[in-house]
Amino acid sequence: MRLLDIQGLKTHFKTDDGWLHAVDGVDLTLDAGETLGVVGESGCGKSVTAMSVLKLVPMPPGRIVEGRMLWQGRDLVPMSPEEMRKIRLKEIAIVFQEPMTSLNPVYTIGDQLSEGIRLHEGLSKKDSLDRAVQMLRKVNIPTAERRINDYPHHFSGGMRQRVMIALALSCRPKLLIADEPTTALDVTIQAQILDLLAELKAELGMAVMLITHAMGVVAEVAQRVVVMYAGKVVEQAPVRELFAHPRHPYTQGLIRSIPRIDLAATAKPRLEAIPGTVPKLVAPKPGCRFAGRCKHAKPSCSDADPTLRDVGPGHQVACFLDVVA
Amino acid sequence: MPGSTLASPTAEAAPRKRSTSPWAEAWRRFQRHRLAYWSLWLLGLMVLAVLLGPLVYKVGINEIDFKARLAGPSMAHPLGTDDLGRDLLARVLYGGRISLAVGMAAMLMAISVGVVIGAIAGISRGWIDAALMWVTDLFLSLPQLPLLLLLIFLFRDPLKAAFGLEVGMFMLIVLVIGGFRWMPVARLVRAQFFSLREKEFVEAARALGASTSRQVVRHILPNSLGPVIVAATIDVAAAIIAESTLSFLGLGFPPDIPTWGRILYDGRDYMDIATHWALFPGIAIFITVLTINFIGDGLRDALDPRRVL
Amino acid sequence: MSPARPPEGARSLPEGQGRRPEGVPSNSAAAPLLEVKNLVKHFPIKGGLLSRTVDKVHAVDGVSFSLQEGETLGLVGESGCGKSTTGRCILRLIEPTAGEVTFGGRSVTRASKEELRALARQMQIIFQDPFASLNPRMTVGAIVGEGLVIHGLANSAAEIEARVAKLLETVGLSADQMRRYPHEFSGGQRQRIGIARALAVDPTLVVCDEAVSALDVSIQAQVINLLQDLQQQFGLTYVFIAHDLSVVEHISTRVAVMYLGRIVELASAHDIYANPRHPYTEALLSAVPIPDPTLNRQRIRLQGDVPSPIKPPPGCHFHTRCPIAQKGLCDVQKPELKAISEGHWVSCHLRA
Repeated sequence: MRLLDIQGLKTHFKTDDGWLHAVDGVDLTLDAGETLGVVGESGCGKSVTAMSVLKLVPMPPGRIVEGRMLWQGRDLVPMSPEEMRKIRLKEIAIVFQEPMTSLNPVYTIGDQLSEGIRLHEGLSKKDSLDRAVQMLRKVNIPTAERRINDYPHHFSGGMRQRVMIALALSCRPKLLIADEPTTALDVTIQAQILDLLAELKAELGMAVMLITHAMGVVAEVAQRVVVMYAGKVVEQAPVRELFAHPRHPYTQGLIRSIPRIDLAATAKPRLEAIPGTVPKLVAPKPGCRFAGRCKHAKPSCSDADPTLRDVGPGHQVACFLDVVA
Repeated sequence: MPGSTLASPTAEAAPRKRSTSPWAEAWRRFQRHRLAYWSLWLLGLMVLAVLLGPLVYKVGINEIDFKARLAGPSMAHPLGTDDLGRDLLARVLYGGRISLAVGMAAMLMAISVGVVIGAIAGISRGWIDAALMWVTDLFLSLPQLPLLLLLIFLFRDPLKAAFGLEVGMFMLIVLVIGGFRWMPVARLVRAQFFSLREKEFVEAARALGASTSRQVVRHILPNSLGPVIVAATIDVAAAIIAESTLSFLGLGFPPDIPTWGRILYDGRDYMDIATHWALFPGIAIFITVLTINFIGDGLRDALDPRRVL
Repeated sequence: MSPARPPEGARSLPEGQGRRPEGVPSNSAAAPLLEVKNLVKHFPIKGGLLSRTVDKVHAVDGVSFSLQEGETLGLVGESGCGKSTTGRCILRLIEPTAGEVTFGGRSVTRASKEELRALARQMQIIFQDPFASLNPRMTVGAIVGEGLVIHGLANSAAEIEARVAKLLETVGLSADQMRRYPHEFSGGQRQRIGIARALAVDPTLVVCDEAVSALDVSIQAQVINLLQDLQQQFGLTYVFIAHDLSVVEHISTRVAVMYLGRIVELASAHDIYANPRHPYTEALLSAVPIPDPTLNRQRIRLQGDVPSPIKPPPGCHFHTRCPIAQKGLCDVQKPELKAISEGHWVSCHLRA
């Protein structure tokens, strides 16, 4: 069942130098129970896409300029703030990157966890606190009934992220958006959190949109992958297909520029670096945005914006050329 | 060899024609603050007026003319006259020099002392910092007005004798006003130093072998001046008001020197029959302080460290 | 010609040989470029009415290793393991609490101020944050040339400019960008400027403190390649500090795995991956994400969080999370770093 259908989303920001085209025509779909990995480097627009879905982008200076975001058939873009509030947490929940700053330091964990439950499910204070304790246990926080009265600074980074996950899942949403949930954490803690997310997903049957810049994480966790560059989707495919047969030069370059620990320790191949830097997204010129860094680029690549076309089952690429890895 | 790793400058935005130093950027941001920008022009106009005015408008400040006493503004006397018939425009222009000079000098003194003490406290740890902060706190808790009176009483005559009337009084006023305004600057600079000391670019300088003085002068100080500049503009305004207050209380310059505060003092008994007398110096003080405050606002936004660091 | 890297699993262990103190892990019998012995760094936590020291952060808790010229030693570990502090102690940017650091036979820990200044020419550092490591009010040319000015390495302003131009080109920037300011550059470019700054004084040893961690993946690859090229071109020796084990494995000849201020395993990059002996190393390896969805990996799950370095667990620091910890031994006695084979050192009661 199709849960989320983003069509031609454009979110722009007004800056001193002009309008910044942070998200510039993104198409994305997500089905129930699916784990979608959205991968790209800083400035590609993946976080802004996620924030746009929940209309959490500050407007001004941001604005959803164009596009539709269909959540179970209803377009989120024209929805009023009250309607959005009913969707947030109850249907779509989000976990952010910085567990240090996502929790309010002057309220107990119990207060913060139960707040959403009370608002959405209408439970009494006691019942919502009970549910909060349940959620803490679900995310493997020991002695949950005592920790419910602790403040955020009593928890370590990894534990705070678990609390954030507990909070996000407290009303059993259908979709969890995780925006770089483990980037700020140590790698062993990251492993714990990713395992936890997988367990909870299986138990609650929810869909997950995992946003990250780490291809390794995507390879481990995602079923389908969307690769973003400079505000656009450049490739999307099932995860094995993407890694086995990447078709967009950027995806290929990205995969080849990452040191793999198994190869790094033995063969030590020279990393293939993508030259140059991401283009500025203010008043972008027409044409493929990767052309300036692409070793296969032809002059015709800068004439028009490439659109996504099918190159295999479930595999789409936004590239004029046929570059086989 | 590094060919494959070349940064490929063509992949960036089009190269800018002029390089933008942080100060040039700050100036651009300042200009966008319309109130601050026009205040700068207005203040500049006033400074020009008090500097060049007396050269152009050659009416004496002490020309007594009983026939024209307490006259309102007219062609002969654009700002009117006082009870001795002296031309007020001339007096206000001349007095402006002193008021502004006192303001600038007191500010410079406060800033210099504050920066030096704050820098030394900020770069050292342990007892030097503790001692300097103790001194700062001491000064902060001194009662300003009684001390002002005491200092003026003690040092007025010796300074007059040593440096002459005008210069002596000028020094005293500047010392007294500046001497009570360096403490917040010291604290500000010390706080800046504490935060900048741990920044990686200062560590990098240390790793290169830079001496402590080089770290301070070349790296830490230039980056701490933002808030100090803002504080300085506020200090000028405060110093001008302080001088006016002193003169108004009869403690400032001697009666024949027409600082704005003094003119205000002289005209206070005639407010109902000759309002212009107190009004114009009051307006002068008001406009000067207002423009300086707006400039300070503009500077605060322009030099916002979050934008550059 | 690039200085040869010592072959994997090189020569015999140097028990009591030469001037090197016993038990300092090294790969060869030749005199090492850098030696660190029992390095300790505690940060006092002040509190109370009189700001007395109430507690200590045990950032580095007895670290020893040595480094040959031309090698790259990777220091890897998670937050709080003390790797960055170790790097800074080597340069004495932070004063060690105890222990010895020797560079080229001369003591760093006991050097005077002047000696330290001279040593600064030979040991340099590249920082993590490309935004905070460059003075925003200095031009790029001034930043890169500062080392030349401080040490009087050039005779005139023109010479400084020429050398700075050459340095910028060496790191892949163009010389005419000398007059620009750091904020006009991207993160990757700023890191290159930082590298040029470190190279200006012609050092032998460069400590790379998370030098690529803050960069995007594609830029990271550029800078890693640059660092390797420069190592070949100038015969540099690196201490490469990072938390990303894949990057460390790629660039290092030998790797030291750190946990809560101690080295738990030290071996060649290959051996760390192919033959990890310490349980923490195993867990770390199993947690590293690999960009290959076809792999089916067994994850070793570590329970709990990293303990605080203020109150590290007694005995072996890792015993609270260790899957094979033995009560009565691991929670009581501190394990020593022992050689289990050539060039492979492990600090564990049960595996060494």
